[in-house]
Amino acid sequence: MGAQKKRASKVLLPLVNVPMINFTLAWLESAGVEEVFVFCCAHSKQVIDYLESSEWFSQPNFSVQTIESHNSVSAGDALRLIYERNVIHGDFVLISGDTVSNMSLTQALQEHKERRKKDNNAVMTMVIKRSKPSQITHQSRLGTDELFMAIDPDTKQLLYYEDKADCSKGAIYLDKLLLADNTSISLHNDKQDCYIDICSPEVLSLFTDNFDYQHLRRHFVKGLLVDDIMGYKIFTHEIHSSYAARIDNFRSYDTISKDIIQRWTYPFVPDVMFSENSGTKLERHGMYRASEIWQSRSAQIGPFTVIGNGTKIGDNTSISNSVIGKGCTIGANVSIEGSYVWDNVIIEDGCELRHAIVCDGVIMKSGALLEPGVVLSFKVVIGQQFVVPSYSKVSLFQQPTKQDSDEELEYADNSSGIVDISPMVGTVDKSNGEITSELLEKQCWSTSQLGSGGVGHIWSFSEGGYDEELRHSVAPIPADKLAELIQAIDDDLELTQDGSILPPSGELKPDSNYSEDDDNEDSRDESIYFEKEVEATFLRAVHENISVDHVVLEVNSLRLSYNRLAADCAGALFYSMMKLALETPHGSASELLQNATNIVTKWKKLLKYYLADIDEEIEVVLKFEEMCLESAKEFSPLFTKILWHLYDQEVIQEDAILKWDDEKKEADESDKVFVKQAEKFIQWLREAPEEDDDEEEESG
Amino acid sequence: MPDMQGLVNEFLIKLKKRKMEGSQATAKQTAELLRAVISQQRVPYSNQSAALIDAVKSVGELLISANPIELAVGNIVRRVLHIIREEDLSLTTAAMAGLNLSSVSDDDDDAEHDDHPVLSAAAVAAAARSTLRPPSLQTLLEDVPDGTAIPRTSSSGGDSEGKSKSADKSSRTRKLKHDVIEAVNELIQDINTCHEQIAEQAVEHIHQNEVILTLGSSRTVLEFLCAAKEKKRSFRVFVAEGAPRYQGHLLAKELVSRGLQTTLITDSAVFAMISRVNMVIVGAHAVMANGGVIAPVGLNMVALAAQRHAVPFVVLAGSHKLCPLYPHNPEVLLNELRSPSELLDFGEFSECMDFGNGAGSPLLHVVNPTFDYVPPKLVSLFITDTGGHNPSYMYRLIADYYSADDLVVQRRTTTGS
Repeated sequence: MGAQKKRASKVLLPLVNVPMINFTLAWLESAGVEEVFVFCCAHSKQVIDYLESSEWFSQPNFSVQTIESHNSVSAGDALRLIYERNVIHGDFVLISGDTVSNMSLTQALQEHKERRKKDNNAVMTMVIKRSKPSQITHQSRLGTDELFMAIDPDTKQLLYYEDKADCSKGAIYLDKLLLADNTSISLHNDKQDCYIDICSPEVLSLFTDNFDYQHLRRHFVKGLLVDDIMGYKIFTHEIHSSYAARIDNFRSYDTISKDIIQRWTYPFVPDVMFSENSGTKLERHGMYRASEIWQSRSAQIGPFTVIGNGTKIGDNTSISNSVIGKGCTIGANVSIEGSYVWDNVIIEDGCELRHAIVCDGVIMKSGALLEPGVVLSFKVVIGQQFVVPSYSKVSLFQQPTKQDSDEELEYADNSSGIVDISPMVGTVDKSNGEITSELLEKQCWSTSQLGSGGVGHIWSFSEGGYDEELRHSVAPIPADKLAELIQAIDDDLELTQDGSILPPSGELKPDSNYSEDDDNEDSRDESIYFEKEVEATFLRAVHENISVDHVVLEVNSLRLSYNRLAADCAGALFYSMMKLALETPHGSASELLQNATNIVTKWKKLLKYYLADIDEEIEVVLKFEEMCLESAKEFSPLFTKILWHLYDQEVIQEDAILKWDDEKKEADESDKVFVKQAEKFIQWLREAPEEDDDEEEESG
Repeated sequence: MPDMQGLVNEFLIKLKKRKMEGSQATAKQTAELLRAVISQQRVPYSNQSAALIDAVKSVGELLISANPIELAVGNIVRRVLHIIREEDLSLTTAAMAGLNLSSVSDDDDDAEHDDHPVLSAAAVAAAARSTLRPPSLQTLLEDVPDGTAIPRTSSSGGDSEGKSKSADKSSRTRKLKHDVIEAVNELIQDINTCHEQIAEQAVEHIHQNEVILTLGSSRTVLEFLCAAKEKKRSFRVFVAEGAPRYQGHLLAKELVSRGLQTTLITDSAVFAMISRVNMVIVGAHAVMANGGVIAPVGLNMVALAAQRHAVPFVVLAGSHKLCPLYPHNPEVLLNELRSPSELLDFGEFSECMDFGNGAGSPLLHVVNPTFDYVPPKLVSLFITDTGGHNPSYMYRLIADYYSADDLVVQRRTTTGS
C-alpha cells in the first residue's frame, strides 16, 4: 500500500517532457505498489483533472485515489488528515509527487517488516543513497544543503540528522550520549536523503499526537531522534544500484533531468514508453527525438538533447544539453544551451538561451537573450533584442509586495516536505489562462521592463537572496563565484591548519580520542591557553602578594596539567612580567625601563626557579626578542638595557647570552636586529668576563 | 471482450516496463496472447481471414511498439499472420476442390468436407516444415483468384442450394478459426521445445576433448552443452563473464552443477584464450534476414577473435528469433542503452556529475549498450530447431516462416494516422 502526496501544479510540470507525477506513479506501479493515495492540496482541481484524464485510473492492479484538502499547508497537516480519514491501516510508503526513482521497494519493505517484528518501535525506514556533496559549496548535487547523518553501522539505525548544519564553522556537534550508548557510529556527509520513507501506521498517530509537527524531516525525524521517552526508532536503507531523487529546486530539476537523459533512471527514460509519453527515439550521443519534428538541415542538435513532438527548428540553430517540449517553434540562428523549454514556446530568430527555464506559451521576440539562471514563467513575452539579466525571474504577475510574509510562507512550504519548485512557478500557474487575458487588456505593459512588446514583470531577489539563487539555479555556479568560495576555504584552511572539512565518511569509535591528527593544532592552541593561565596566576600573585613558593606551586600544577616544559614556564612567566611592566602606567621609555627592572628584581626568584638550565635562559631571551618584535614593540629600544639588567640580576647567565648570539649568527638579517643592538654588550661580555659590574652600572 | 482488452493491456505494460526477460518467454506469451485474440475475434461471413489478420495486426502493432527492441514479439506476430494466411489458403484450395466436387455431386456429405481441409492444412504445414518450401510464385498467383472465389461460390450457387451452402460456409468459418488456433498451438509447442530440438543436435557438433567458448548466459547454450554432456561427451567450457551484467557467472555455476569442466574468464581475456578454443557457441537475441546476429554485447569482439584464429563461430537460435527484417531497416531498433549504474557506482562518481559547478554540462558519459551486431560473414553456422544453416541461407528459412505481406506490421496505420 502506498500513500502519496503532492503539491498540485508542481507535479504536473514537465520533466523531460513528461509530467513529473508520471515518473512517480510509473515507478510505484512497477515497484508493485497496488494502492496509491494522492493527497492534493493547492491546485487540487488541476491534479485531479489530470489524473482522471490519464491512464492511471484505468490500470489493472493499480488503484489511484485522490484525497483533496484545501486547508492543509504542510506535510504534517496532510498526514493528520489522512489519519482522520482512516484510509491507511498497514505499513505505507510516504513520498512526494516529485520523486524520480527506479528502486525496488521489496527489499526495503521486507527489512522494515522484519525490524518491526523484532522491535515494535521501529516506525520508519528512510531510503538514502550515496552521493558526495561538493567540497566547495557545501551543497549536494541536487542543490540541497550538506546533510550530516549518524548511523549505527550494524543496525542501520539513524541516530542523528542535520540538514541545516553551519558549514562555515566546519564543525558539527554530536551529543556525547550517542557515543556512550552505541558501540560504534558512523557519521556520513555523503548520503543523500531520497525522501522515500517506509512508515508504520504509528507515524500517522504520532503526527496527530504532536499537532505542531509540520515538516517531515525538521520536526518529525528530529523530534523522534531527540525524544527518548517513547523510544521510537528510525532506520535507514541504503540503495546502491538504483536511483532515487526528489525535485526540490531548480538545481535538482536540472540535475535530475540530466540523470534521466543519461539513463540512470532506466527504464524510466524518454525512449521507453512508461507512461503516455509518445515514442522518442534515442540516437547517437544521447539525442532523443520524437517521431514528428521538423528540423532544418543546417540545424545542429547537439548531445544530450530531447526534442518533443511537433517542434519546428529553423536554419543554423544549435541546441545542446537541453530539453525542448512539444509544439515549439524555434527560428533560425537560435542558440540554446543547457536550457529547458516547455511546450508551445515560440522562439524567434537569433535568440540565445543559456541555462534557462522557459515555461509553456512563452514568446521570445527576435534577438532576445537569456542569461544563465533565468526563469520565464507562463506566457511571458520577451521584447526584441532584450537581454534578461542572469538569475532573474519573469512573470505575468506582480511580485508579491509583502515579501516578508511571503518568504515566511515559502519557508513553511519548504519545510513541509511538499515543496513547490519555487514559489513563483506555483503562484503563476495557479491561474493560468483566464486571468492572463484579462490582465493583458487592463494593464499596459511598461516597455522598459522587458523591451518593446514585452509582457511581464521581472521579480527582484529577496534580501540576501542572490547567493541562494546561485545555489538553487539551473545554471551552474559561475566560475568567479566558485573561485571566491575556493579562496574562502583556503583562508579557512590557513587559519585552522587542519582538516576542518570532514572526511566524506568515517567511523568513530567511542574510545578513540580524536587525538591522531590534531597534535599540531592542539599544541598551538594549548600553548596560548597555557600562557594565559600563567599570566593570570602571575597577576594574581602580584596583586594579592602571594609568596613566590605558592606561585611556583601553582605554575607547576599548570605545567603538569598542560604537559609543558620548564622552559615554557620560564618563557610564559617572563612574558607576563614584561606585560605587567608594560601595563603599569608609564610616561616615557625610561619609566618603562624602570618598571621592568623593578618587576624583574622583585620576581627574579620566581623566574630563577625555572631557569635551571642554560636552555631555559636562552628561551627567555628568545621570548623577549619575540615580544619586542611583535606584541610589545615599546620594549625594542630597551632590549639591551633589560637584557643587561637580567644579566645583572643573575637571572640570565653570560653563557646563555653568548650562546644566543652564536645561534643568531646563522639567522636572517631581519632576525639580527637585537643581536646588533646588543652587540656592544655582547662584545663586552666576551672581552671582560669578570668583575666589571661597576663600570657598566654607571653606563646603564 | 473487455477481458481481452485487459489481457492485452497487462502484457503491454509488461513489455513497456521491460519486465519481460528472455525472448523465449516473450515469444511464448505473445503467441498465447494472439491465440486468445483470435479465439475472441468474431468472424464475418465473407473474408474471414482478413478480419483475423486485422485483429492480429492491430494488437500486434501495439505489442511491437511497446518494446521495439524485443524483436521476438514482432516475429511471433508475423508468424501468426502467416499462419492465418496459410490456413486460409489451404482452406480455400480445399473449398475450390470441394466446389469442383460439389458441382459434380451436390449431396456430398459434410464429413468429407470436414476431414479434407484439416488434412490439407496439416499437410501444408508439414510440407512447409520438412521440405522448407518457399512461397512459390504459383501460390502467390493462386492467392488472387481465391479472394474472388468465395463470393463466386455463393453467387453461382442455385437458390435451392443456398441454405446448405451457408451452413457449409459457417462451418468452414469455424474451421478457419479452429485451424488457425491449432496451428498457433503448434507454434507455441515449437517455441516450448526449441531448446530440446536444438540440444538434440549437440553431439553432432561437440566432439570429444574439445574446448568450447561462450559469453554471457543463454538458456539455449546451457541446454546444448548439457545435452552433449549427457551423451557422455567429455569437453571443457570457457565462459566469458559477460560484463557488465555478469550473467556468465550464473552460467558457470549452472554448468559446474551439471558436472561440466568450466573455466571462467573475463571478457577481455577472450582473445588470449581463443587459440585454445575449438568452437565458439553462443546464443543470440535475434537473427536478421541477412544472417547478421543481434547478440549480447561483447560478442562481436568474440566473433572477430574467432575469425582471426579460424575458430568456428556457432550461433544457436530458436526459430522464434528469426527476424524477417534486415538490420538496415529503420524500424529495427538495434540496441538498447541500459542504466549506467550497472557499470559504475553512482555514489563514487557523484562528483563527476555535479552540474552545479563547471560548465554545467555533463563531462562524464556512460554508455551501456545491451547488444552487439555480429555481421553474417563472421558467423560460421546457425543451429536452429530445424537443423544447421549457413548465414546466407537465413533468408530462405525466413521465407518459409513469414509471408512477405506482413514484413511491415506498423506501416499500415502510421500512414493512416
